[in-house]
Amino acid sequence: MASRLTATQRRWQRRRERIMEGVLFLCAASSVFVTIAIVVVLVWESAAFFAHVPIATFLTDTMWTPLFADPRYGILPLLCGTMLSTAVALCVAGPLGLTAAIYLSEFASAPVRESTKPVLELLSGVPTVVYGFFALLVVTPFLQTFVPNLPGFNILSAGIVIGIMIIPYVASLSEDAMRAVPNALRDGSLALGATRLETAFKVVLPSAISGVAAAFALGISRAVGETMVVAIAAGQQPNLTFDPREPAATITAYIVQVALGDLPHGGIGYQSIFAAGLTLLLMTLSFNVFAFWLRARFREAY
Amino acid sequence: MTDVAHQHGPRRIVSEVQVLRRRRRERIFVIFGLASTLIGLLVLLALLGNLVIDGVARLDWNFLTNFPSRRAAQAGILSAWVGSLLVILVTACIGAPLGVGAGIYLEEYSARNWLTNIIEVNVANLAAVPSIVYGLLALGLFVYGFGTGRSIFTAGLTLALLILPIVIVATREAIRSVPQTIREAALAIGATKGQVTKDHVLPAALPGVLTGVIIGLSRALGETAPLITIGALTFIAFLPAPPITSEFPFVSFEWLFDGFTVLPIQAFNWISRPGRDFHANAAAAGLVLLIMTLALNSIAIVLRYRLRKRLQW
Repeated sequence: MASRLTATQRRWQRRRERIMEGVLFLCAASSVFVTIAIVVVLVWESAAFFAHVPIATFLTDTMWTPLFADPRYGILPLLCGTMLSTAVALCVAGPLGLTAAIYLSEFASAPVRESTKPVLELLSGVPTVVYGFFALLVVTPFLQTFVPNLPGFNILSAGIVIGIMIIPYVASLSEDAMRAVPNALRDGSLALGATRLETAFKVVLPSAISGVAAAFALGISRAVGETMVVAIAAGQQPNLTFDPREPAATITAYIVQVALGDLPHGGIGYQSIFAAGLTLLLMTLSFNVFAFWLRARFREAY
Repeated sequence: MTDVAHQHGPRRIVSEVQVLRRRRRERIFVIFGLASTLIGLLVLLALLGNLVIDGVARLDWNFLTNFPSRRAAQAGILSAWVGSLLVILVTACIGAPLGVGAGIYLEEYSARNWLTNIIEVNVANLAAVPSIVYGLLALGLFVYGFGTGRSIFTAGLTLALLILPIVIVATREAIRSVPQTIREAALAIGATKGQVTKDHVLPAALPGVLTGVIIGLSRALGETAPLITIGALTFIAFLPAPPITSEFPFVSFEWLFDGFTVLPIQAFNWISRPGRDFHANAAAAGLVLLIMTLALNSIAIVLRYRLRKRLQW
């Protein structure tokens, strides 16, 4: 075993090391290339779109009918549908996710906590197309039993199902934030005579608020980008409405709708999905930046 | 607590009734908390039950071996599940090495500098990009830019990029949990950095890495939106070219560039049609898809659980 490497062997070994490091670096750098490519492709095709449609029209027109004989290019109806489904989702995921997080972090025993995490994880592994099926054929008929005149396609059921979908994200990230609050704070509150519930709401939650808010921001950005559920259950006509009982299209649903048809490459309809995609990316990006800022700005250092 | 104290002056001791009321409020919250935690599980069971009730009658051998058809009762998912399998194969071949390589670089090699920071922030951001945006990237760049067409290769590549952040994050976590002493011991007896990484760190981190790759692949298996965006067809009544041919060189990669459909797209297509018959088909296809993804996820969870038990550094 005491054989030594010859000079040539050592040179080869050094070369192999360098090659290996170079290849690994390229792997890591590839993620940056992906980002650059996403931005370049979206901006490039959108630029062609905005050469036809002024940005002011895009942002203020109240009709979105790019595929009609009389095309109108106002993103507002799609934006409105996206906001509405996200709002409904948040009304579901917010209270439920937060309650679950407080329960798991402050009340649940270790075995309960350990066994719920995998279940939440399983839930996030369910394909979205299955959730869409569930929204259209289970949730909507169920809602129709007590919401009068609810059409077969509506934002409400899509939003509710998206809300259920994002509960795992909101709950698990919020729980992490609350578990990071040191026990000394809890002990102090309990020693003063507060119950565990009062401690949870008045001491732990305020201390973890930046992490909880970040969890919500990430949940929102998930809901904004969700595609299949709305494409299946919410109908696909752009509709400028604030009533979640109506059918409406979201940005993502529009992209799917166009992609399903056979649009010629390079036409304005083709370019419009990139403009819509760019809007979507900017929305989710701003929520993520907001979450990042919240965590950095309001982080309590323990 | 404070309300009571303010009403009756700070010195007043809270009465027994009030203590009981506060206790009761706590018990009620615990019930609510348990309920909201379990609602996910309930929904999962409802989903599964619904798919079984609607679809199990359609689930037979013919359903798995038939092509889609205009007549709901004769339609099957042969082209869909073959397509899904091939796309996932391409995704695994591209996404796993790329993601694991990136994870290894970031944990073992990268210096703390601005470039590493950029890569790290970038990976976090990519994880939050909506999946449909990857579809737009693929449509603009691969389909029309590189001319790879609406093929299995394009789809696999797109999904590989999509799961890249998942694989990278999981790889980094797995590598981080390998204790420093192992690296030091190997370095001390003369191993090079590359040998340490290849022969010691990576094998020790392998179960964790595999978990990440499996979770990524199960995500890819269920993805619909990006593949619709690149223009995957919804009605495919043929199989891709066979990978093994009778002539030299006996292997063919022609299937990489064939048109395809996948299970979630087939299910979506059937849901979009009116009529109970096609909805039953959609339920059956959804059931197959759900079983596949849940199986993959369960494997990942069990793998991680056993790993945690075995790991005693």
